[in-house]
Amino acid sequence: MHETPKPFTVHGVTLHSRFFLGSAGYPSPQVLQEALLASGAQVVTVGLRRSHASGGDNGFVASVLQAVRERGGQLLPNTAGCRSATEAVALAHMARELYGTHWIKLEVVGDEHTLQPCPWGTLEAATQLVKDGFAVFPYCTDDLVSAQRLVDAGCQVLMPWGAPIGSGQGLLNPWALRTLRARLPDITLVVDAGLGLPSHAAQAMELGFDAVLLNSAVSQAREPVRMARAFAHAVQAGRLGFEAGAMAPQPMAVASTPVTGRPLLIG
Amino acid sequence: MPDMAPDTLQFNDHLLPCPSGLTLQALLASQGLTPERVATAVNARFVPRTLHASTALQPGDHVVTFEAIVGG
Repeated sequence: MHETPKPFTVHGVTLHSRFFLGSAGYPSPQVLQEALLASGAQVVTVGLRRSHASGGDNGFVASVLQAVRERGGQLLPNTAGCRSATEAVALAHMARELYGTHWIKLEVVGDEHTLQPCPWGTLEAATQLVKDGFAVFPYCTDDLVSAQRLVDAGCQVLMPWGAPIGSGQGLLNPWALRTLRARLPDITLVVDAGLGLPSHAAQAMELGFDAVLLNSAVSQAREPVRMARAFAHAVQAGRLGFEAGAMAPQPMAVASTPVTGRPLLIG
Repeated sequence: MPDMAPDTLQFNDHLLPCPSGLTLQALLASQGLTPERVATAVNARFVPRTLHASTALQPGDHVVTFEAIVGG
């Protein structure tokens, strides 16, 4: 029997997939659409940019919109590129108007080298956007105290990084992520950024995270569609493993076969 | 930002005439843009669609439009 993890609810929307997927960097609109389908993702991230004279996007956005519409999914626009709370708040309002959703992935970058989110700018923007009626999904670090402040500001979802954006390094600090899970048991936690392998996603889910969000690990794979499928399996496996309850690690060997004494020793 | 002649405004990357009474709605229409395709900021402040018709533009204003793209 094929068992899937239990559905969960985010801001009133029931989701059957715990795999959130980004839409950037795919080799073609067709590959993007096939990868979205293979992933089973219901939540798909999109962005905004300043208009310029070079014209359209060759059909990439249309592919995303079609795939999400067909699956009854949810768009999650981001505020990528913002360096201040003021910028991020303005861009969030534009995203709400353009995409017709009050969900926003809040990104306020604080360091150009690591693209580490700025905890102060993120908190300031989150506070305002919650007041403005947004469902805020803040991209944040794994720092517990700044995460708690975001919760205090009204964020029901937090998206801590596993590693810097696009680095593919996996979970650099599992202890911090485990701590977040333990200290914020009622908050929806999504590992966002830094995942490179399906095993990284499985590890995040085994830690009890509610979902993972990734982009480059799929779009930059040699075969994005197959990698999307691989991540989908890994997310399901990790979540099922978490729900099933892992055994407690033991410091020494513990025999598993219930033998009586030694098989060939007489007397 | 380029030097702006009197009675012009900056629209994205170029300068345009700004006649008296020009509204944001009229400017977007003159550029072939429907409100569904872009979101708009004037002088770095978001202007919702519902206010396009009542937003009068002034010489020296900076109008920027944003469009949907893929993203992570």
